[in-house]
Amino acid sequence: MKKTLFDKVWDAHVVQKIENGPDVLFIDRHMVHEVTSPVAFLGLKNRSIPVLYPERTFATADHNTPTINQHLPVEDPLSAKQLKALEENAKAHGISYWGLGHEKNGIVHVVGPEYGITQPGATIVCGDSHTSTHGAFGAIAFGIGTSEVEMVLSTQCIMQPKPKSMRINVNGQLGKSVTPKDVALYIISRLSTSGATGYFVEYAGDVFQDMTMEGRMTVCNLSIEMGARGGLIAPDQKTFDYIDGREFTPTGEALEKAKAYWDTLYTDEGAAFDKEYHFDAADIEPMITYGTNPGMGMGITKNIPNADQTQGGATTYKKSLNYMGYNEGEDMLGKPIDFVFLGSCTNGRIEDFRAFTEVIKGKQKAENVTAWLVPGSHKVLQAIKDEGLLGILHDAGFELREPGCSACLAMNDDKIPAGKYAVSTSNRNFEGRQGPGSRTLLASPIVAAAAAVTGKVTDPRTLL
Amino acid sequence: MAYDKFNILTSTAVPLPIENVDTDQIIPARFLKATERKGFGDNLFRDWRYNQDGSPKEDFVLNNPIHGGKILVGGKNFGSGSSREHAAWAVYDYGFRCVISSFFADIFKNNCLNIGVLPVQISAAFLADIFAAIEADPKTELVVDLPQQTLTLSATGQSESFDINAYKKGNLSNGFDDIDYLLNIKQDIQHFGANTPL
Repeated sequence: MKKTLFDKVWDAHVVQKIENGPDVLFIDRHMVHEVTSPVAFLGLKNRSIPVLYPERTFATADHNTPTINQHLPVEDPLSAKQLKALEENAKAHGISYWGLGHEKNGIVHVVGPEYGITQPGATIVCGDSHTSTHGAFGAIAFGIGTSEVEMVLSTQCIMQPKPKSMRINVNGQLGKSVTPKDVALYIISRLSTSGATGYFVEYAGDVFQDMTMEGRMTVCNLSIEMGARGGLIAPDQKTFDYIDGREFTPTGEALEKAKAYWDTLYTDEGAAFDKEYHFDAADIEPMITYGTNPGMGMGITKNIPNADQTQGGATTYKKSLNYMGYNEGEDMLGKPIDFVFLGSCTNGRIEDFRAFTEVIKGKQKAENVTAWLVPGSHKVLQAIKDEGLLGILHDAGFELREPGCSACLAMNDDKIPAGKYAVSTSNRNFEGRQGPGSRTLLASPIVAAAAAVTGKVTDPRTLL
Repeated sequence: MAYDKFNILTSTAVPLPIENVDTDQIIPARFLKATERKGFGDNLFRDWRYNQDGSPKEDFVLNNPIHGGKILVGGKNFGSGSSREHAAWAVYDYGFRCVISSFFADIFKNNCLNIGVLPVQISAAFLADIFAAIEADPKTELVVDLPQQTLTLSATGQSESFDINAYKKGNLSNGFDDIDYLLNIKQDIQHFGANTPL
């Protein structure tokens, strides 16, 4: 029988099939962070059971960590307590723990690939919806709730029905200043935030084949924003070169065993998908969002659609524009902005900092803009320094902060004030996501950079 | 974690006719800092429910005393966004045992099922009728019958069936959770784990 890539990886991990029920799926790698794990560890304690496979479990602190003065004690007592709980739980159960200040610390979905925890064909879960990031390596990776975190800690399995399959093909050549972020925002704008709910997506076509591994991570990261459980891309030589020699990449006999499996990781010619889409790369512009969900995005030169041109209900649509302080039919170009956030598991990698720096090089940060530049990990931070990007950023009036999730979800002090506009390279523009009353415009690092030096929404193609 | 068994629920319902209600609205990230599962209901829909000074927003449905009950009725694509189970905990802790919508986001739906909140997905037309019925009479009662898998508007008898897989239905009816099941097949799991390629 002809199988999709997703079928192959899923089927290789089914411990048991329950009739009229879910599959019991074995999980190869479990990433854990401070916010969604404490209640799960408490559950283990209440049942008096251990973590079944500590060696398959990896803990890092990222969601509520400060991004300045990380060498000092965490000021917020609730955050400090949660971080302490993770440290103690990791220690008690023999789990590797990369806490605040650790040289390998960073956003869970940035450090996973960096250290080779992420492997092709693996099943990877984490109590975080952007776990889909790891699909870039041809892994089945998805976010889970805390009850499921407890399940995986205690039994290394979850119970879920197999999702339906979708393939999204994008072929052709991407235009100038069109990045992987724009490809993803374009797809989400076409499918809506619920267009892929119930599906697991495979991305295929020239555009994804030509993308770097980091670009693929950005695309897969945003799969959840169209409702998909996750998204994945077939591994190729680029994937194998990327994982080669990383700390947790298998070696010796284990590597040979893994390679035999990896060689099977592609969708068979003629395998059937439940749904399939085709898009043309030439139709994709640098994107920006104008509303309060990631599906409310458009090419940066377009006008905000009228309610009657959109798929959802007019009441919800108008509520959203009202929150943003925008009107139907308006241009986004030229809209004033107050903040720029470069970072997150979506766009907090070295290529994102390179792209941002390329645009701002030789220019100056606009006076009306507060810019928060937050590397996804210490490794990214080090690369920014090693590659000489830091000097260029400083010369242009930008400061760098320390790694973490930061203003993407504003659990720490990095909150956009009420009513202010932030051009953000993160993943969600929900009401209040970046701080109570904050207004988010999602965009690529290049569009964020253009906004940072002009103080308003600007087409980066006019600057480069 | 064990929860109350779900059988037949008859209750008035709280209407929230907004689409794409995301989990950041259900519970904002700044309220996710607890290390225990308690008190989340206080911050359910925090920023829609309260002003920044903590005073209630009069026009939000949870602050309207004419509405109440153990059922929350939401617009299409309810629970999108973050995987935070805290959203489902907040719904449960506030006192809801059932959420009705014409479409649910996957992770939220799973999280609800795992903690004993029943997500009931019905047609867009029936959802519109339910919103209209509650608007006409806030005392309108709904009957959620898990054994029969039906949702009924008491006053008119209008009814629709809903899907739930037999395994999850059994769990909810008996108050079981998945870990009970998985711990029972631990040997199979370990045997499987010893033979995985990764």
